[in-house]
Amino acid sequence: MVCSINVYNMASLNETDALTAKQQIDLKNKKLVRKLIWMVIGSLLFAFALVPLYDVLCTLTGLNGKTNNTAAVLSTAKVDETRWVNVQFTTNVMPGLGWNFYPKQASIRLHPGKIETVIFIAKNTTNEVVVGRAVPSITPGIAAANLKKIECFCFVNQSLKPGEEKEMPLRFFVSPELPRDVSDMTLSYAFFPAVK
Amino acid sequence: MSTTTVAHHEEHAEHPSGIMRWLTTTNHKDIGTMYLTFSLIMFLVGGSMILAIRAELFQPGLQLLNPEFFNQLIGVHALIMIFAALMPAATGFANWMIPLQIGAPDMALPRLNNWGFWLLPPSAILLTLPFTLALFGIGDGAMATGWTFYPPLSVQGGIGVDFAIFAVHLLGISSVLGSINIIVTLFNMRAPGMTLMKMPMFAWGWLITAFLLVATIPVLAGAVTMLLTDRHFGTHFFDAAGGGDPIMFQHLFWFFGHPEVYILLLPVWGFIPQILETFSRKPMYGYKAQVYSLWAIGALAVVVWAHHFFTAGMPVPALLYFMYSTMAISLPLAVLFFCWIKTMWKGSMSFETPMLFAVGWIILFGIGGLTGLVLADVAADAQYHNSYFVVAHFHYTLFAGGIMGIMAGTYYWLPKMTGHMYSEKLGKLHFWLTAISFNLTFIPQFFLGLAGMPRRIPDYALQFAEFNMISSIAAFVLGFSQLLFVYNIVSCARGGKKATDQVWEGAKGLEWTLPSPPPYHSFTEQPIVK
Repeated sequence: MVCSINVYNMASLNETDALTAKQQIDLKNKKLVRKLIWMVIGSLLFAFALVPLYDVLCTLTGLNGKTNNTAAVLSTAKVDETRWVNVQFTTNVMPGLGWNFYPKQASIRLHPGKIETVIFIAKNTTNEVVVGRAVPSITPGIAAANLKKIECFCFVNQSLKPGEEKEMPLRFFVSPELPRDVSDMTLSYAFFPAVK
Repeated sequence: MSTTTVAHHEEHAEHPSGIMRWLTTTNHKDIGTMYLTFSLIMFLVGGSMILAIRAELFQPGLQLLNPEFFNQLIGVHALIMIFAALMPAATGFANWMIPLQIGAPDMALPRLNNWGFWLLPPSAILLTLPFTLALFGIGDGAMATGWTFYPPLSVQGGIGVDFAIFAVHLLGISSVLGSINIIVTLFNMRAPGMTLMKMPMFAWGWLITAFLLVATIPVLAGAVTMLLTDRHFGTHFFDAAGGGDPIMFQHLFWFFGHPEVYILLLPVWGFIPQILETFSRKPMYGYKAQVYSLWAIGALAVVVWAHHFFTAGMPVPALLYFMYSTMAISLPLAVLFFCWIKTMWKGSMSFETPMLFAVGWIILFGIGGLTGLVLADVAADAQYHNSYFVVAHFHYTLFAGGIMGIMAGTYYWLPKMTGHMYSEKLGKLHFWLTAISFNLTFIPQFFLGLAGMPRRIPDYALQFAEFNMISSIAAFVLGFSQLLFVYNIVSCARGGKKATDQVWEGAKGLEWTLPSPPPYHSFTEQPIVK
C-alpha cells in the first residue's frame, strides 16, 4: 500500500544524502498514510455505531415517534383532572399481510394519568396461519415518551389461524408529565408480516 | 527553468509503450490523462441516458420508455454523472496539476494512484452491466431506486441494486485512495518555501475535499453494506418489522450525501479564482478569506444533512436546527462570491473561453445557491420537496457549478497539458451554446416544480406539457453542443498552434514555468518558493 517515490531524481545529490532524503520522505509518507487509514476505519466504525446511537436517540427524544416497546409500570401519580388529552388511533396493514386490522374506536378522550383500554380487531382473511407484528409510532414525536403502554399486542408476535378474528387489547395511560401544549396525540400501528 | 526540464532517473529512461504504458503507469500526468478521458467518456454516457429521459418527457403520456426502464435510467444517470464523470474529472485535474502547482516530482504514492484509477472502469461496468444482462433475460435491469437507494424499495429491488452496491464500494475505495494520496502529497511534497498558506487555491480546495471524502465515503460504504445484508443475509437495519428503521438509511446516506455536494464543488472553487486572476491580470482578492471560507464550508457540510428529508418527519427543534445551519452555509459562500467578484473588479479583463466559462459559472452557480436557500426553508420545502424545483436547483449547482466549472478548467489547462492551443472560436461557440441551452433546459423546470410536477415520474399532467417540451428541446441542444467540446479537445491534443510556456498572459504559478506540454518527469529538482 505504501509506495516508494521512484521518480525522484537524486543525481544532483551525493549517494548517501540521496538515500536518507528519500527514506525520510518515505517514512513521513508512511506515517501520514497510516493515520489516514485509521481515519477511514474510524468513519466506517462510526457508520455502524450510528445504528445503536440512532435507536437510543430516537427513544430518548421521541424522534420518529418511536416509543419504548416494553410494558410501563403502573403509574402511581394522581390523575390530572384539570386537562383533557385526545388520543387518536390509526392502523395500517403492510403489504404481504392478508389481514384486516382496525381499532374499535377511532379516538379516546382522557385525563393524563388515567388508565384506559382500547380494543383493536384483527382478522386473518387468508386460509393459512399468519404471524404478524405491530410496530407503533406516535405523533407528535415530542410526546412519544409520554404515552405509556401497560399491556399491548405489539409487545409480541401475533398469530392468527385461517379466518380467525381476534380482539387485541391495548391498556395505556398518558403520563401527567405530557407537555402542556400537547392536547392531541395520534397512535399509529403498522402491522407487518413477522420476520423469522 | 532549464534545470527542471529533462532530467530523468535511469530506470525510467524507458517506459512501456502501448496499452501496457497505461495499465502500469505510475506517472501523475498519465494517470491524470486517464482520469480526464474516462470522465469525458462517462459524461457522454450519462448524458445520453438523460437525453432518452428528456425524449420520453417531451410529451405527456408514455411513448418511448417503459416506466421501469425510465426509473433505472434516472438513478444510473445520477450515479454516473456524480461518481464517474464529475469526481474523476476533479481527480484528473488534481493528478495533473497539484504536483506541478506545488513543485513536486509526482504524487506521493504513485502505485496507489494507478490502482485508484483502474478501480473506476470495473465499477462503471458494474453499474451499467445490468442493462445488458436484462437484454439476455438475466435480472430486470439496473437499479430503479434513484441514486439515493432509499429502502424499502432498494431492499425489494432486483439484482441491479446489488450491482450498484458493489459499484459504489469500488468507487468509494477509489476515491478514498485518491484522497489519501492527495493529502499526503500536499502535506509532504510541497516545494521548499511553499507554506500551506502559500499553496495555490486549487490545492486548498482539494485538501478539504480529500478530508471530506476520507470522513464520509466510509459512511456511505457502511450504509450500502447494511443494505446488502438486509437484502441477502437476514439483517433488519432498515426493516421496521424487525426493529429497524428505513428513515435511518436517509440519515446515513445524507451524512455522506451532503458533504458529497461540496466534494464535487470544492475543487472547482479552487481553480476558478485562479482563472479569474489570470484573465483579470491582477492578484486574487482575499486569499486568506477564501481559504478560511473553504474550511468553514467543509466543516458545516457534515452537520446539515437532514435538510434533504425535512418532510420525512422530525421534531420542530431538529427542523429548526437543520434549517438554520443550512442557511449558515450561505455566509462563507457569500464571502467566496464577494472575493471572486472583487478579483475581477477593475481588472484588465479579457474573455477567452476559460474566462467566459468562469464568469458564466459565477452567475449560474449563484442561481443554484440562491434557490438552495429557498429549499432550506422548512416551510417552503414542504411544497418544493421532490419536485422539479429540486431538479433544477441541483443542476444549477452541479451542472453549472460543477461541470461548467470543469469545462473552464479544461480550456484553461488544455494548452498546458497538450502543448497546443485549442480553437478559440469553437470554444466560445461551445460556451454560448452550453450556457443558453442549459438555462433553457432548467429555467422551465423551476416553473414546473413550483406548479407541482414531481420528479422521477415518466408521465405528467397536461398542464406541464409546454414547459417540458421547451426543456426537452433545449436539453438536446445542450447534449449535442458537447460534441463540440469533445471535438475541440481531440483536435487540440492532435495538433494546432504551439502553446507558450506561460500560455495566458496573466497566468501565475509554478505550472506555467514549465514548458507546454511539461516533460514526462517534471520538477525532479524541487524549485524554491520565496
